[in-house]
Amino acid sequence: MPKNKEVKKVIFNSEKEMPLAPMSIGNMLHNKTGAWRNIKPVIELSKCIKCGICWKFCPDASIDIIDDWPAINYDYCKGCGICAEECPEKCIEMVEEER
Amino acid sequence: MTKEKKMVITIPREELMSPGHLACQGCGASLAMRLALKALGQKTAVCIPACCWAVIDGPFPYSSLDIPIYHCAFETAASSASGVKAGLEMVGETETTVLAWAGDGGTFDIGIQALSAAAERNEDIIYACYDNEAYMNTGIQRSSATPLGAWTTTTPVKHYKKERKKDIIGIMAAHEIPYIATASVAYPEDLVRKFKKAREIKGTRFIHIYAPCPVGWKSQPEDSIKLAKLAVQTGYFPLFEIEDGENWTLNFKVKERKPISEYLKLQGRFRHLKEEEIAIIQKEVDTKWEKTLKKCGL
Repeated sequence: MPKNKEVKKVIFNSEKEMPLAPMSIGNMLHNKTGAWRNIKPVIELSKCIKCGICWKFCPDASIDIIDDWPAINYDYCKGCGICAEECPEKCIEMVEEER
Repeated sequence: MTKEKKMVITIPREELMSPGHLACQGCGASLAMRLALKALGQKTAVCIPACCWAVIDGPFPYSSLDIPIYHCAFETAASSASGVKAGLEMVGETETTVLAWAGDGGTFDIGIQALSAAAERNEDIIYACYDNEAYMNTGIQRSSATPLGAWTTTTPVKHYKKERKKDIIGIMAAHEIPYIATASVAYPEDLVRKFKKAREIKGTRFIHIYAPCPVGWKSQPEDSIKLAKLAVQTGYFPLFEIEDGENWTLNFKVKERKPISEYLKLQGRFRHLKEEEIAIIQKEVDTKWEKTLKKCGL
């Protein structure tokens, strides 16, 4: 996730505040899709070979590369398990979400 | 493993799709868009007809993409994109790539006349079709991209689809447009390379992307990439590109093709198939593969 994006919810108090044409004026970052998941991926960094495959295949763009290491953004990860399945070293494990 | 090793990044770092979008878990279509936008960059405008992506993008006034999007009617993806391109040219903006991004329903069935017309006029647009093999957004109805033998809600188990998939690449190749390619989400480097190549070419460019849909295919969300890989490795969805309508190049030469049953057994929509029906599908795949090889001159 790029750092320059801000999380904001757009609320219109009256229809006069709305733009004339329907156009997007905010991003979807307020929608924390992390609440959708039942199992969550956990990376064991000691086994990681920095191949970047988990980052490449994440359909939710919720794996970031921070200082050359993959880091999962749990606010948005939907828990599909693609990263755990595709990891060549099998260092990502899907664990039950505790609520 | 050495800790000092640098991470090898083979595709652009730039992220134009923000998380928080409304795709299902393990969605192939959202991954396809993410990779395509990595290749095309910021100077892109997208026309999206009614398809999964019309929903994934988010409701008004939000959008999960950092580029201009135009939501158009179902059948008008190609003609809207032509119009956007013409408008941009009128104001002197020639750098922007206009991308029409439609699902298989909006390409194979409903949008084909607009697509054919745009290809005939050789409009300067990229038309990308992400193929999840049914109308997934409205509840898994059969489309002409649904493969032989598949279950959908309108072709239930007893009356599974008896017709084969429409050969969209053949149709587009007959228009002799400058660039046609097939791509798969399981091969991101190949997909990114094809979009980058398409961006440099003038004229209508058509890219057919294979995007698994765990909901409609009744497969596990984590198997999406595995399925897309198997589709290529079994010869079901060969990766190739066509330049000027005649120069076919096979990008992924599969030495020993895996049996199609390996691909079918991971999906619930093919669970009802018996041995002899799988043999028929295998034969269809073999014939199609031979034809593709012949066209590529192999």
